[in-house]
Amino acid sequence: MSTILELPIETYAGPVEPDWCPGCGDFGVLKAVKTAAARAGVRTKDLVVVSGIGCSSNLPGYLHAYGVHSLHGRAVAVASGIKLANTDLKVVITGGDGDGYGIGIGHFIHAMRRNLDLTYVVMNNQIYGLTTGQASPTTMKEHRTKSTPRGNVELPINPIALALVSGATYVARGFSGEPGHMAGLIADGIQHKGFALIDVFSPCVTYNHLNTYPWFKERVYKLEDRPGHDSTQVAAALEKSFEWGDRIPLGLFYRDEQPTYEDSEPALKQGPLVNQKLEVDGSLFQSLIEEFL
Amino acid sequence: MNEITVGIGGAAGDGLDKTGDTLAKTAARLGLHVCAYNSYQSVIRGGHIWLRVRLGEQPLHSHGDHLNALIALNQDSIERHAPEIEAGGLLLYNADRLRLDLGLREQVRSVPLPVAELTRTLGRVQPIMQNTVALGALFSLIGLEFDVAAGVLADTFRHKGQGVVDQNVGLLRAGYGYVREKFAPIGPRWNFTRTRRPFITGNEAFAIGAVAAGCKFYSAYPMTPASSILHWMAAHGERCGIVVKQCEDELAVANMAIGAGYAGVRAMCATSGGGFALMTEAVGMAGMIEAPVVIIEVQRGGPSTGIPTKTEQGDLNQVLGASQGDFPRIIIAPGDTADCFRTVVESFNLAEKYQLPVIVISDLLLSEHPQTIEPDDLSARVPIDRGQLVTEWNGDNGPFKRYAFTPSGISPRALPGTANAEHVAPTDEHDEEGILISDVFANQAVRRKIAEKRMKKLDLALQELPAPRLLGPADAEATLVGWGSTRGVIAEAIQRLAAAGLRANQLHFKYLLPFHAREAAEILARCRRTIAIENNSTGQFARYLRGETGHAVSEKILKYDGEPFEPRLIAEQVKAILEGRPRRLDVTEAEAREIAYHYLRTRLSEELRPGRLERLSGDGQGEPLWLVEIINRDSGHKQGELRIGAETGSARSWRPNA
Ligand SMILES: Cc1ncc(C[n+]2csc(CCOP(=O)(O)OP(=O)(O)O)c2C)c(N)n1
Ligand code: SF4
Ligand SMILES: [Mg+2]
Repeated sequence: MSTILELPIETYAGPVEPDWCPGCGDFGVLKAVKTAAARAGVRTKDLVVVSGIGCSSNLPGYLHAYGVHSLHGRAVAVASGIKLANTDLKVVITGGDGDGYGIGIGHFIHAMRRNLDLTYVVMNNQIYGLTTGQASPTTMKEHRTKSTPRGNVELPINPIALALVSGATYVARGFSGEPGHMAGLIADGIQHKGFALIDVFSPCVTYNHLNTYPWFKERVYKLEDRPGHDSTQVAAALEKSFEWGDRIPLGLFYRDEQPTYEDSEPALKQGPLVNQKLEVDGSLFQSLIEEFL
Repeated sequence: MNEITVGIGGAAGDGLDKTGDTLAKTAARLGLHVCAYNSYQSVIRGGHIWLRVRLGEQPLHSHGDHLNALIALNQDSIERHAPEIEAGGLLLYNADRLRLDLGLREQVRSVPLPVAELTRTLGRVQPIMQNTVALGALFSLIGLEFDVAAGVLADTFRHKGQGVVDQNVGLLRAGYGYVREKFAPIGPRWNFTRTRRPFITGNEAFAIGAVAAGCKFYSAYPMTPASSILHWMAAHGERCGIVVKQCEDELAVANMAIGAGYAGVRAMCATSGGGFALMTEAVGMAGMIEAPVVIIEVQRGGPSTGIPTKTEQGDLNQVLGASQGDFPRIIIAPGDTADCFRTVVESFNLAEKYQLPVIVISDLLLSEHPQTIEPDDLSARVPIDRGQLVTEWNGDNGPFKRYAFTPSGISPRALPGTANAEHVAPTDEHDEEGILISDVFANQAVRRKIAEKRMKKLDLALQELPAPRLLGPADAEATLVGWGSTRGVIAEAIQRLAAAGLRANQLHFKYLLPFHAREAAEILARCRRTIAIENNSTGQFARYLRGETGHAVSEKILKYDGEPFEPRLIAEQVKAILEGRPRRLDVTEAEAREIAYHYLRTRLSEELRPGRLERLSGDGQGEPLWLVEIINRDSGHKQGELRIGAETGSARSWRPNA
C-alpha cells in the first residue's frame, strides 16, 4: 500500500561533522532521524528540522535539510508557526529535555492539545549537557549534579504520561542504544498525522554518570516484544508510562487518529498559506470597510 | 468652525459604547467628522466611564477638551461632569432615576427626561434603553437628522429582528419628539455633506492594513489595549484567509509569528508592554536569523501591570532596548488612525525587504479611540514588496548562501520548499551558509563581517524612510517635539497658541529606528526653544533624541496620569514656559476632588460625595492643604471634612461632624 519512495541516507548528510563528545547518545539520534526521513521518503527541500538550544539542539546543523536552530525552549512554537504557514512541509522538532520539558514545557503541552501535525524527538539525557551538568526536569530524585550537590529533591517529569494526558496522538520512547528501533519509531512518527512525541534516552556520557548506556541496557525492554500491550488504549498506555525502575519500556505506547489542528482551521481550506496570493480581493475589502460606515 | 462635543457618563454595563456608536455613526453618515475617546476602567460592571464624542465640519485631530452636551446615565456623572458643561450647553438625564442638585454654569440648560412616561407604549423597556430616548432628545437639540439616526439603529439591531428595530426607533422618536416641543435647539447650522467616512479605531486600521498587505498569519495572547486586533482578526480571519492563533503566552505568539515569517508568509502579532517583555528574546531571534515579522506594541499605563485601561507612551525604552546584543530592527510610531493603516502596509514591506523585525509602537489612545478617516485612507491596492526571494537554486554553483555577504547587507532569501537551497537559520552566530561559528569553529573575522552585514541593512533602510520635517512657521518662539499618537493634539494646541498670538511650530517623529539623526540635529539647531511633549513621566523620547543628536530639549511637558493630552493643557503649559511662569506639580482642585472620591469609595461610603473645596495655606505639617467638604448624596447635608495635602496628594485626615 505504501507509495513511499525510500531515499539513500547520505541524502541528508549535513555540511559539518557533529561536535558532540565521543559516545554521546545524540549521535544515535542523528542517525535515526536521517534513517527515518529516508524511510519516510521526505525530500530534503520539504523537511524542516527545528530545534531549541542545547547540545542536542545542535542536530539540525548536522543535517542536509531546512532548519531553524531557534531559542532555548521555543522550538515547538517556531515549528508550529512554520507548519501553519506551509502545511506541505514535514516539520520535525529535535531538542533536549531541558529545552522541551523545562523552559519550553508550556509550548510542548499546548502543541499536543492542538494536535498539530508535528514530530517531536526529545533527546532526554536527564541533564543539562551544554551548560555543563546541572539538574534537568527529568533528573532522577537524589541524583547529585552540579546544581544539586546534595541530591535532587524534585520529582522528575514523566514525559510519556504528560503527552498522553495532553492529547498527543502518537507517543513513543526510543533509546540511542537501539538506533534501528528508534529510527522506526521516528519514521512512523513522521508519517503519523498529528502530534508525535518520541522521547529518547540519549545518554550524556560526560555529565550524567547515573543514567548511562549500561544502566539503560539492564532495564529497557520493547513493548512490542511483550504481547498484551494495546497501543490503541490510552489507559493501558498511561499505566505503562509509570513503569520505571528495574524494567523500563521502549516502543510505541499509544497511537490514535484524530483530526489535526490544520484539518479544522478554516483559513487552510484553500491549501497552504504560503501559496495564497497577497493581494486582497477588491469586493472582499469593500465589504470589510462597509462595517465601519 | 461648526463643532460640538457630547459627553456620555455612566458605569460599565450602562451601554455607553452602543450609545456612543449610534451618535458617532449618525454624525458620520451626515458627513461630519467625528473623533471620540472613551475613558474607561478595568472593570466589567460599575466604575466610571466617560465617553466624549466630538463632531465637526472640519477634520478633527483629537477629541478636544470641550463639553457642550452631557448625557448623564448615573448620578455620579451629573456630579462629576455637569459643572463642566460650557455656556450654551445642555444636560440630559432620566428624571425618573436621577436628580440635579447642583448648580450649572450660566446659560447651561437642564433637560430632564420623563423616560417612563415617554416609553409607556413601547413594550418592556430595559434600563439601557433610556440611552436611546436621551439620544433622540440630543439629536433633536443638536440638529442631527432623525431618519439617519433611525437608519443607524436599524443597521445595528437588524440581526435581532424587526421588533427590536421598531422598539429602538420608537425610543429614539419618543426622545426626539418630546424635546422638540419644549426646548430650543442649540445645534449649529450644519452643512451636511453626506460624505461617508469610515468610523474606525487604530487597532481596526492595523487589522485592515494587515489584510491589504497580504498578512496570512496573526498570533496573539489577550492583553488590553491590543486585544481588539485579535477580536477583529478572529471574526474576519476565515473570510480573509488569515490563520488567527490565540496562543498560550506571548513567548509562543512571537515565536510562532517568526516561524511563519521564516516559512514565507506575512506574519503579524500584537501585544501591550507586559506581553512585549515576554517577546523580547524572540525579537532578537528575528534579527539574528533575518526573519521578517511585524510586531505591534500598544502601550498602556505602566510600569508592570500598571493601569491596563489607560494610555501612556512609556514603552519607548523597552522597544529600543528589547533583546540582547546589537541587531537590526525598525521601529515606527504612527501618528494617527489613518497612519495606522499605512504603517502596517509599510511595515510588512520593510520587514521582508530588510528581513528583520518591524515594531510598530502605538498606545491605548491611538489604538482604541474611534474616529472618522477619509474614504481613500483605506485602500485595497497597496504597494507590496517582498524583497529578494530566491525561487530556484542550482546546486552546481555551490551551496546556497542564506547569509551571503553583499554590499547592501541584504542576502536573498530562500523559503523552505525551495530545491537545492537547504540551510539552517540559526540564532547562534554563523557564517554565510548558516553554519555555526559559535562553538569550535569560532572565527573573529567571520563574526566581524556578518555582524556588519546585518547592521548595514539599516543604513539602506534609513535612506528609504522619510526624514522628519518642521511644520509651521520657521521663526517660532517654541518648537513642540513629539512622537507617535500625540501628533494631532500637539497640532491643535499650536493652533490655539496662534489664536492667542504665540508662534509655535511642530517637529514630530514617526520613524524612531533607524533614526534620522543628522536631519533632526540640523532642524533642532535652528530652533529657538524646544519643548518635548510626551505621555510618560521621564521624557523617554527626549533622552533618546539627546543620545542621537546631542540636542537637549529646553523643556518637557509630561503627562502620566493615564489620560491623553488635550489641546488646552499643552497650550497652557507652553504659554507658562514662554512667559517664564513656574509650572508646579501641586494637586489641582479637580485632582483633589478625584482623590476625595477615591477616599470615599475605599474608606467611607458611596453615599457620600465631595462638596465644596477650599485651599488652605497650611496646617503646620509642611504643605498647603485642600479642605474638602464631604456631603451626603441624598440629603446634601455636610457630614465632615477631608484634608488632602496639596503637594503630596495624601489624604491626611477625615473629620466627621461633631
Ligand atoms: C533563555 C536561556 N536560558 C538559558 C540558556 C542556557 N542554556 C543553554 S542550553 C541549556 C540547557 C540545555 O539542556 P537540554 O535542553 O537538556 O540540552 P542538552 O544540552 O542536555 O542536550 C541552557 C540552560 C539559554 N541559552 N537561554
Ligand atoms: S556534554 Fe553530554 S550531551 Fe553534550 S555532547 Fe557531551 S555527551 Fe552529549
Ligand atoms: Mg539534556
